[in-house]
Amino acid sequence: MAFVAPKETYAGKVFEVVAGIDKTIVFGGEDVLPFNSFEGKVPNRPVIAYEIQDIPPDDWPEVVKKAYEGVSGDAVTWAKYCQDKLNARAIALRLLGTHPDRLNRSPEEAAKIVKEVLAAINVPLIILGSNHAEKDASILVAAAEAAKDKNCLIGKAQEANYKTIVAAAMANNHKLIAMSELDINLSKQLNILITQMGFDKERMMTDPMCSALGYGLEYTYSVMERIRLAALAQNDTTMQPPMLGDIGMYVWKVKETQAPESDLPLWGSLEERGIAWETVTAGALMLAGAEVLIMRHPEAIKAVEKFIDELM
Amino acid sequence: MALSGVQIFKLLPKTNCKKCGHPTCLAFAMKLAARQVSLDACPDVSEEAKRVLGEASAPPIRPITLGAGDKAVKMGEETVLFRHDKKFVNPCALALEIKDSMTDDEINSRAEAVANSEIDRVGQKLRIDAILVSNSSGDAGKFENVVKAISAKAPAVPLILSTTNPQAAEAALKVVGDKKALLFGANESNVDAMAAAAKNNKASLGISAKDLDALSALAEKVKGLGIEDIVLDPGARTAKEIMENNNYIRRAAVKKNFKALGYPIIMFAQRDDSMLETLIAALGIAKYASIIVMSSIERWKNLALFTLRQNIYTDPQVPMQVEQKIYKIGEPTPESPLLITTNFSLTYFIVSGEAENSKVPCRLAVMDSEGLSVLTAWAAGKFTASKIAQFIKDSGIENEIKHRELIIPGAVAIMSGSIEDKLGGWKITVGPREANGLPAFLKARAN
Repeated sequence: MAFVAPKETYAGKVFEVVAGIDKTIVFGGEDVLPFNSFEGKVPNRPVIAYEIQDIPPDDWPEVVKKAYEGVSGDAVTWAKYCQDKLNARAIALRLLGTHPDRLNRSPEEAAKIVKEVLAAINVPLIILGSNHAEKDASILVAAAEAAKDKNCLIGKAQEANYKTIVAAAMANNHKLIAMSELDINLSKQLNILITQMGFDKERMMTDPMCSALGYGLEYTYSVMERIRLAALAQNDTTMQPPMLGDIGMYVWKVKETQAPESDLPLWGSLEERGIAWETVTAGALMLAGAEVLIMRHPEAIKAVEKFIDELM
Repeated sequence: MALSGVQIFKLLPKTNCKKCGHPTCLAFAMKLAARQVSLDACPDVSEEAKRVLGEASAPPIRPITLGAGDKAVKMGEETVLFRHDKKFVNPCALALEIKDSMTDDEINSRAEAVANSEIDRVGQKLRIDAILVSNSSGDAGKFENVVKAISAKAPAVPLILSTTNPQAAEAALKVVGDKKALLFGANESNVDAMAAAAKNNKASLGISAKDLDALSALAEKVKGLGIEDIVLDPGARTAKEIMENNNYIRRAAVKKNFKALGYPIIMFAQRDDSMLETLIAALGIAKYASIIVMSSIERWKNLALFTLRQNIYTDPQVPMQVEQKIYKIGEPTPESPLLITTNFSLTYFIVSGEAENSKVPCRLAVMDSEGLSVLTAWAAGKFTASKIAQFIKDSGIENEIKHRELIIPGAVAIMSGSIEDKLGGWKITVGPREANGLPAFLKARAN
């Protein structure tokens, strides 16, 4: 019996999204499962954004903190370092200092930082709140206005706070990140609510919530695979925005990225273990469908870029 | 495709002789359809029925065992493309390559590293499963000696013998004996002699070809030579080729029931850059490889790959659970706080992670709630006041700590009174609703 290649073709495709205005990034656009370019179009490689913060990364583990020693004291220096020295294709600014338990920075302060960072870089910017739903509602509105017409990716809009954030993203010409908690139905529902406000579904991306290797990765992995299959096989347009993996913040708080080898000799070198943890988490979620990855360690990012080179 | 009980019944002798241990042929047919018995139990079945049933009842990917004894690895038997459809069945084997051209010291230390690679993670023992010995010297005598040395150093570890020289294969297989090695290296030019070597020594045979068409033709030829335990190497080496070939093979087997490719896949991940090799191996874990060959096994790399394999191969229908016990976080003293939560693995990971972040030493009592999270377990009656009281009393924790205060999740604050009623002498404190409130909560108490 002769072999006939069992190719798959799908009715749907992932929306192609562009961010930035000077140097831009383009992601999504594929009409097949991740990296299945042998049977369809995979026009764009996934984008990795370097994560920076508006406050020094004091609570990051040593392995990743030291990669930004001397530059992470302020967001502008940090952003320029990522762009100019590490050749970042995009930068993700997390406004963690706005969290009530941190510096409780005001919307005006956040807006000022966003403006300064934008003035210092020409790669696209992802603007993230502190993941405090209530505070983010005001912070992200101010940030969206401060970045007007810069075509940023802004988020995360969640069920509890999406209305003001969606309105601000729309009024100021940004792309939107919609996040829900590890459930394909919640994710679909939020996308529908957002589009019902008049937001163009081709200008958004889905964050189905990330998790780290060994700490629930299989949930994110399967939700992403199911969302992608709904987009392609069922041609469900509410599931066709590209997907985001917010990798670094989940990876760099688990024990495997912090416990010294002297405590756990069977776990091997802490430095490489931490980098591998971020690398493998990102690699797995990319295979499940993530098109944009927010990461921290430069070595992990380099490894994933090499992996993409081989896959494309 | 699988046959129904009635379709199978039509092929049986219909004598109701009971020799198979079942009252009627129909009852036996039903068990066969459910894959609970083997057709071998019927002594009178016709050759024709054996052929039809054998083909129909075989899983789309043939089960193959690598090695023998405790450390034998089962491969194949997969039935789906996506883990959310159904559990992936047999976790892929991770193998280290040892070249016979390496120095004796290097060969010994690599064999030892494999033998000592086992670690425990969430109750499972995980290890580098196999060694691939490659005949890169091209010298048959050297190959045989190195296989001997490795067998002595790591006697329980399953072996893959990689050579394209049938004489070298024959000699090395004799060393391994009946331990079910995989002989790897049959191709279009040496297939007859390699198949004979594998058959004489009851080994499985790994086959390579330039493309999937040639590979399926070769698999059929090998099967015709009397070898059923086949492992496929589609020749893919770059990530892009691996993605294409592994997808095609799995789809052909599972969706098209294409028997010539219904075998486990061996994949070669070796790279100069160990971090990149880790990612290529991760691709193999996620996308359908049954054996992944690597050039190095640093402990950090093993831990990451073992964990990914565990994540990908868990049953999506069964919540992952952690063991019921009282976990120590940091180095708690008899005065340190005691918290309680349920044993859903995600709940445990999140709560213990946040408790660790607080840097306040404490104890975390994790109660068996059949893998449900706090609110779900409470609603399902698995995390109730009387069960919590019983667990705390039975745990013996009263002998370890000086205080009598239990911190419960804020989501089940409603239970605090009834737990106090049932757990005499204890004070119940309501903790934060979300785990991310724990660091602030614990720090405030510690000051």
